[in-house]
Amino acid sequence: MSGDIRLKRGLDIRLTGESEPSIAAVPKSSIYTVTPDDFHGETPKLLLGVGAEVKAGTPIFYAKRDERIQVVSPVSGEVVEIRRGARRKVLAIRILADRNRMDYEALRPPAVSGSSAEALKAFLCRSGLWPYIQQRPYAIVANPDDEPRDIYISGFDSHPLAPDYAFSLRDKRAEIRAAVAVLNRLTQGEVHISLRPSDVDSPLCGMAGVAYHRVQGPHPAGNVGVQIHHTRPISPGEKIWTVQASDLAVIGHAFLKGVFSPERVVAFAGSEVKHPRYYRVLAGAQIASITAGNLKPGDKRLISGNPLTGIKVGEEGFLHWYHNQVTAIPEGNAYRFMGWLLPDGKRFSLSRAGFFSWLRPNKKYALTTNTNGEHRALVITGLYEKVFPFDVYPMELLKATLTKDIDRMERLGIYEVAPEDYALPEFVCPSKTECQSIIREGLDLMIKEIG
Amino acid sequence: MKPLRDFFDVLQSKVSENPKLRRYRPVVNAFDTIFFTPNQTTRNGVHIRDGVDLKRVMIAVVIALIPPLLFGMYNVGYQYFAQLPGLHSPWELFRFGAFRVLPLVIVSYAVGLTVEFTFAVLRGHEVNEGYLVTGMLIPLIVPADLPLWMLAVAVVFAVIIGKEVFGGTGMNVLNPALVARAFLFFAYPTFMSGDIWVADSAATDAISGETLLGKLGLGHVVTDSSMRMFVGLIPGSVGETSVVAILIGAFILIYTGVGSWRIMLSALIGASLMGLICNAIGSHALLSFPWWKHLLLGGFMFGIVFMATDPVSAAQTTKGKWIYGFLVGLMSILIRVFNPAYPEGVMLAILFMNVMAPLIDHIVVASNIKKRGKRYRLVMANS
Repeated sequence: MSGDIRLKRGLDIRLTGESEPSIAAVPKSSIYTVTPDDFHGETPKLLLGVGAEVKAGTPIFYAKRDERIQVVSPVSGEVVEIRRGARRKVLAIRILADRNRMDYEALRPPAVSGSSAEALKAFLCRSGLWPYIQQRPYAIVANPDDEPRDIYISGFDSHPLAPDYAFSLRDKRAEIRAAVAVLNRLTQGEVHISLRPSDVDSPLCGMAGVAYHRVQGPHPAGNVGVQIHHTRPISPGEKIWTVQASDLAVIGHAFLKGVFSPERVVAFAGSEVKHPRYYRVLAGAQIASITAGNLKPGDKRLISGNPLTGIKVGEEGFLHWYHNQVTAIPEGNAYRFMGWLLPDGKRFSLSRAGFFSWLRPNKKYALTTNTNGEHRALVITGLYEKVFPFDVYPMELLKATLTKDIDRMERLGIYEVAPEDYALPEFVCPSKTECQSIIREGLDLMIKEIG
Repeated sequence: MKPLRDFFDVLQSKVSENPKLRRYRPVVNAFDTIFFTPNQTTRNGVHIRDGVDLKRVMIAVVIALIPPLLFGMYNVGYQYFAQLPGLHSPWELFRFGAFRVLPLVIVSYAVGLTVEFTFAVLRGHEVNEGYLVTGMLIPLIVPADLPLWMLAVAVVFAVIIGKEVFGGTGMNVLNPALVARAFLFFAYPTFMSGDIWVADSAATDAISGETLLGKLGLGHVVTDSSMRMFVGLIPGSVGETSVVAILIGAFILIYTGVGSWRIMLSALIGASLMGLICNAIGSHALLSFPWWKHLLLGGFMFGIVFMATDPVSAAQTTKGKWIYGFLVGLMSILIRVFNPAYPEGVMLAILFMNVMAPLIDHIVVASNIKKRGKRYRLVMANS
């Protein structure tokens, strides 16, 4: 372990319905969906039309800004629908999967040790693996022409109800090693992996040529941005690449087996799940294939991802490209009489104004999607700081972002944060501000103005 | 609750469907959300939210203000009957005070909320909860004998000039309640200083009806025991006299996390320090008045617990709060001692520091910016 990161600020939101460590098999989903919006900021250029036959790994579209960045089909089958929105924007590409077989594009990966960084990048691009490599600042797909200062991998997910990688990736040790070997050749800097002290059996442990960091503290300890900030923060002009631990397995699989298979072991969790556990599925699978027969009755919200940063989906929705979690929580669309005044033991709050959650820090809650109040101007100060473990003034940066003051955003540290880092400030905000979307818009503005 | 819910549902559908009534939506919404937390759910971003909202934050402050309010009612009666012969039961004292104080509270809320609702309708935004606190603060920082029409004028001034012209709750520079008090202080000085602090003292003419600070300012000797000052059985504004009641309020604010303990503590330190310096000079009655007794007198405690901690007008950064609080305390005693024309130093000190707060924050944030800039330059030089 090359360094210890101890975080004091942050917040663990304990929810009921954590996944038990068992993996259930599910029947193959009939339809798989790929949505270009999962690759933030990329404009898709379609390579196929409705009716085209695809294999797993066949490119479906490329990015307008760089045609080398391709997104490929997760399964073999037939493109059955291209859903478009306003101004013909491509919203989703739906693929009817072959029922009993899976054909793969033969990828022919290069040998890692003998290849140049350029050859490896070229392979990652044409095999559809490139979008798994993300870039900070801005939290977008990386640019293949860049050479990153360092590559960071968070070895654990600290979001509420998140999957435990030590369990879900335990049979991917070889794939992870292969992927890290590839990443090591893409940077002159180091590959950094952060783990909790309890992750002694993690499949990400014990690799040569990796700078390990031990991270202790509450969420957002698992956010890669926090880990970068506390080891070597980003300055203007610098590029850091980040890869999710779960995506290492997909990259490694392609190098070892020569095929693209976006397999994910997804934690299906939340208070509305009958038997919360893990499921082995492919990215783009229908949510219904996971939830079938395992949901409690009642009005609920299904989320692809976790309750802080995930995407709201219906049962007809699908598992988004980068997600390792599906969450089911109750919808909070009910009125509460005098809800703002009466003491309340059911809801969770950082504040003690009539809430008792601070008395029982380990109690788990079945939180609903109710906003618990209306949107207001920013009034309360000092609250964001409690859950924001950066040497950045969160409120000041948010206000600079709201006023689109690029110069000030830069000086206050916009490069060091991603929308997910503002999820906790958004959660605790008594004025119900939508911090994540404000920061996302701010980052998009920076891309446009500075690049 | 069903009939009430149905009633609001009908009302809501009326104002959202009828284009003529649409502008009154904030009014209906304000009443609706008093009775029911809305059924609003999260859309994008986080799917779950902390249980707290501004209504709950504001009501926590109002609850913290109840001990000073109740004690204030008792003390108004106590001071009144103390100038008259005869014995009176505590209930009689309280009843007298309540009848003097409640009209102030009612006028403050009625006038202030009318202005708030009018602005919400005219400007098409929701009614903010900020006035719940301001409306309770104002009656507590004026003398019980203040004519109600003056109070009404001050409230209108405070809400419009102190808050709405800046864009409403959250945007104001000055604490609106203190704007009301400053307005009264300078517009109607004869009603805000001198022999007016005991109810009807001018009419009964038995005692002077001065505050202890006023006496000190005139170089008189103060004979009241410090215990009396601590409990609060001294003349003064309705809610400011009792340190005990204010400390209960401070405990509620700190316990709920709504009020900044940093500002309160650093203000105490600042005031104590200034008091010690004054004692060291000690050439007249106010200068030699023991430093710790300064903390018990006048509006100091009330000011630092309930006014200086207003998150909108105070410094916003953690370091800034320490500096801001310290200077509020320091200047309160400074103004009080060196300018006896304004014995109520805490009001002017907080208003002044309200204006300075953005500057303090600017300096605090600038040090963070400077540190980052140094790193930026280092990286650029190496690349």
